[in-house]
Amino acid sequence: MEPFVAELAKVEVEYPGSGLALGPLDLALSPGEITALVGPSGCGKSTALRLLAGLESPTRGQVRRTARRGESAVVFQAPTLAPWLSARDNVALPLELSGIARREARTRAEAALARVGLAGAAGARPAQLSGGMAMRVSLARALVTEPRLLLLDEPFAALDEITRRALADDVLRLWAETRPAIVFVTHSVEEAVYMASRVVVFSRGPGRIAGEMSVAGPTPRPEGFRTTAGFRATVEAVSTVLAKGMEAPA
Amino acid sequence: MKRLTDILAPLVLIIALLGAWEAACRLLEVPAYFLPTPSAVVASLWADAPTLAASAYNTLAMALAALVLASLSAQALALMVALSPILERAIKPLAVVLQVTPVVAIAPLVVIWAGIDNPERAIIALAALVAFFPIFSGAITGLKAADPDLERLFDLYGAGRVKRLVRLRLPSAVPFLLEGHKVAAGLALIGAVVAEFVAGSGGAQGLAWRILEAGNRLQTARMFAALVVLGLMGALLYAGLARLERSGLRWWRGR
Repeated sequence: MEPFVAELAKVEVEYPGSGLALGPLDLALSPGEITALVGPSGCGKSTALRLLAGLESPTRGQVRRTARRGESAVVFQAPTLAPWLSARDNVALPLELSGIARREARTRAEAALARVGLAGAAGARPAQLSGGMAMRVSLARALVTEPRLLLLDEPFAALDEITRRALADDVLRLWAETRPAIVFVTHSVEEAVYMASRVVVFSRGPGRIAGEMSVAGPTPRPEGFRTTAGFRATVEAVSTVLAKGMEAPA
Repeated sequence: MKRLTDILAPLVLIIALLGAWEAACRLLEVPAYFLPTPSAVVASLWADAPTLAASAYNTLAMALAALVLASLSAQALALMVALSPILERAIKPLAVVLQVTPVVAIAPLVVIWAGIDNPERAIIALAALVAFFPIFSGAITGLKAADPDLERLFDLYGAGRVKRLVRLRLPSAVPFLLEGHKVAAGLALIGAVVAEFVAGSGGAQGLAWRILEAGNRLQTARMFAALVVLGLMGALLYAGLARLERSGLRWWRGR
């Protein structure tokens, strides 16, 4: 097995006029690992995610990927569905863009929708779906290509607490089926610790890694995991590192 | 109840204004060539109905032909511009100059080019010129209005320029195109009327010509009658296009 799915090596991102925004940063993602990136707003978590996806290039340093084009998928903060397409056609889109025939793409899209519990909503348009359902369609669209690297950019930020928790469990259940490497960007320390086996804490100005922690426990999480002493202790530890990172000099 | 009030309120105001107009004309003995009474306008509408209807049809036909011409050319050009940023930089200044030049100023030239015997051609060309810009700028804006995250998704799966245009940019432009066509339809009618005035020929036999002709003969009631028909036609055209826009958006969004 390859040692990593994607790797950032001494990566720096600089924007004209605003100086160094990110780095130097070293981050390697092992196959099947779930990594959460937490940090204050504007610390470059989402930039790191776009670098890993190949949607942005670094100013300096190297991005290495063993996951080829079409083997990584991104779920954005908003569901980002095409309003003129049905849920089925939205999910089939990545397959069709990769050159798969429409009929096969639709069959696979329906299977992906069934995996996220939306078999009955295949014909619905995004405007007819609730926020949680639309996000599930977005998740199905990312999973339909069976990616080796799944990048989630604050996907639950706009949802209510109950829907967030249900979706978090869904992602972990789906992860267990094909075990892609997952990078999960979030503001919430609890969510990061619940989802990930490794939590990477970013500090800001410029965005750097302030600390890293591994999370013990089985995935998907058993019921009551949030109330265990281990979970609470990890949340505390991550919060402490995060608070120190917030004080980092600009 | 609110709906009934919405319909009744403007009707009551119109009837009151017409009543005041009628009474003022009769009491002050205003000469009919200066300001005819509303009842005289209604009588003229009745008496001249066949002529006015034929003229309204001519004007509407020219406006609609101009709208089709403007729609096809504006969308084709917008598509070319969307595919080539260099073409966009080349065309934009020209388009702006053409847009800010009053159609009345270009009209005499177009009349010469169309040939003095073909006023319809000149009128359609001028009306199309006026209707062109809302569709063109709507199409350009719409083709650039795709969700940036959807653009990223297309990047991620390596979509080429044509696939991106057909599967993302064109569908994203639909609401902008619908709005552009709604505005353009009204402008095409205005453009056709203005062009008819400037062409100054009876060859096209549209509503503007009826107004000119009645004015020259001091048949003021007939002028008003033609204006009423023109106003009604404009309102109906706008309402029709607004309805088309609403159902188009419903189809696009799925609800």
